Amino acid sequence: MDTSFKWSRFINFLAQRWDEVLELAAQHLAVVAISLAFALVIGILIGALVWNRPIGRATALSAAGIAITIPSLAVLALLSPLLGLGWGPSIVALAFYALLPIIRNTVVGLREVPSQIVESARGMGIGRTRILVTTQLPIAWPVIMAGVRVSAQMTVGIAAIAAYVAGPGLGQYIFTGLSSMGSFNAVNYALTGTVATIILALLIDAAFILVARATTSKGLRA
Amino acid sequence: MSDTTHTNTGFFRAISAQSAGVALELDHVTKQYPGQPAPAVEDFSMSIRPGELVMFVGPSGCGKTTTMKMVNRLIEPTSGSIRIDGKDVLSLDPNELRRHVGYVIQQIGLFPHRTIAENIATVPKMLGWKKDRIADRVDELLRTVQLDPSIFANRYPRQLSGGQQQRAGVARALAADPPVMLMDEPFGATDPITRERLQAEFLRLQAEIGKTIIFVTHDFDEAIRMGDRIAVLSERSHIEQFDTPARILASPANDYVTSFIGQGAAIKRLALMPISDAALGPAVSGGPRIPVTGSLRDALDLIVLSGAERITVTDPDGKAMGSIDHAAISHVLGTSAPASASGPESAVAP
Repeated sequence: MDTSFKWSRFINFLAQRWDEVLELAAQHLAVVAISLAFALVIGILIGALVWNRPIGRATALSAAGIAITIPSLAVLALLSPLLGLGWGPSIVALAFYALLPIIRNTVVGLREVPSQIVESARGMGIGRTRILVTTQLPIAWPVIMAGVRVSAQMTVGIAAIAAYVAGPGLGQYIFTGLSSMGSFNAVNYALTGTVATIILALLIDAAFILVARATTSKGLRA
Repeated sequence: MSDTTHTNTGFFRAISAQSAGVALELDHVTKQYPGQPAPAVEDFSMSIRPGELVMFVGPSGCGKTTTMKMVNRLIEPTSGSIRIDGKDVLSLDPNELRRHVGYVIQQIGLFPHRTIAENIATVPKMLGWKKDRIADRVDELLRTVQLDPSIFANRYPRQLSGGQQQRAGVARALAADPPVMLMDEPFGATDPITRERLQAEFLRLQAEIGKTIIFVTHDFDEAIRMGDRIAVLSERSHIEQFDTPARILASPANDYVTSFIGQGAAIKRLALMPISDAALGPAVSGGPRIPVTGSLRDALDLIVLSGAERITVTDPDGKAMGSIDHAAISHVLGTSAPASASGPESAVAP
């Protein structure tokens, strides 16, 4: 049997499985979106709590920095006894990796808000929490969004590996291909999974550029 | 608890109603930061009349800003009391208090992500004003500070020049018509020409609104130009002299004040005196003419510039009403100094 790669066979493969590819891409997108949403809320919360506290800040940033060096496969393997297989461990693991850039950029963004703006806000009788929500975070928002974009890219990549714990998404094709090397469609599976992941990553990044623009005040654009 | 809240709401309503300025008293106020050998502000007492513009002048680090910030409790005093219209500010909710005390700082601190209109609307919105009322007020204030609402209301701060931003900052501080204003070197970051214009505009504005104002500066000339009274401060916010600009120039209390006045005290004094203060001689024919509404400094300027011995002083209609010479000007300086020493307001406030 000839198992070498042929374009005609690859096109044929795609045509037959197009619906499934789209379905997997949608799952991939969903798992990334859910994880990012968790990471965004938790990351901004942690960032807002520690940005002005030297010890807390150092602790949060180094903890998140160390966390990111743990191989994703190991995290997934460790999580599956606790959370089983599928979406659960995938989302937790992805949110875990997405945290660092968001926390770091929240801290940087909040530190960059000029102190006189906060002072004049206090001078007008705005409470601390309200200043954070209505003034500091909106001004830091472009920087935070830059962090979210980095997180999104990382998450799309790592989500592919989540297929290892039967997670959703395009990783299933990649793993199918890898585990059946030498078989008729092995390369087609792996290639489809990989290329689709890259395309998805590019689309998500483009979407985030638009979202960042739309959610940033015109007064803050250079 | 609910009792004090109730009283305070009433108090704020009362002082808001008399937005034209209320009495402000600082009574033995001290600020001691923990771990510091000396207090930043030591036993500071001053009483400011309703509608008065008091300048705090002193070198940087003398505690003048600290003193000012205790009035709206951005800094909490260690001891002493501060009363606005007789009410101790320490008994009020700090945020509620600050909404009724206008605050302008040198770096302005406009919100960059909000339009000028939204910036000005900040405090009225927190006070729960109706939308229409806020819109009207924003419009009125922009006109007051000479920014055309149709051009500037929907702009963002970064689209304004420094001087325009500072005007918007003043408008924002005035938004809820606070009876008391605190201004921390508000024009310090602008170029000299813009600064003089802002000062003149603000004086015109103050003549209309009559707020009680503490204005912090390290520029003595600004203090002379703007202040009803000037407090010259040294280390730990110690009051070296508290008096009108004219009297401080005429009889500085000590060497410290003299050194702060700097060169040309006589010229600075002349700038504060109208020509009508001098004894005019008989009208002369021809030669340079000056309107009586000018200052003695203007008159001296013209004498020096023209080389004439005597210049004609005219009334507002341009008719000659007398003449003035160098000797008459010197005479005013000579007589006003001793007279002021016993003036009713020359004493340092208790």
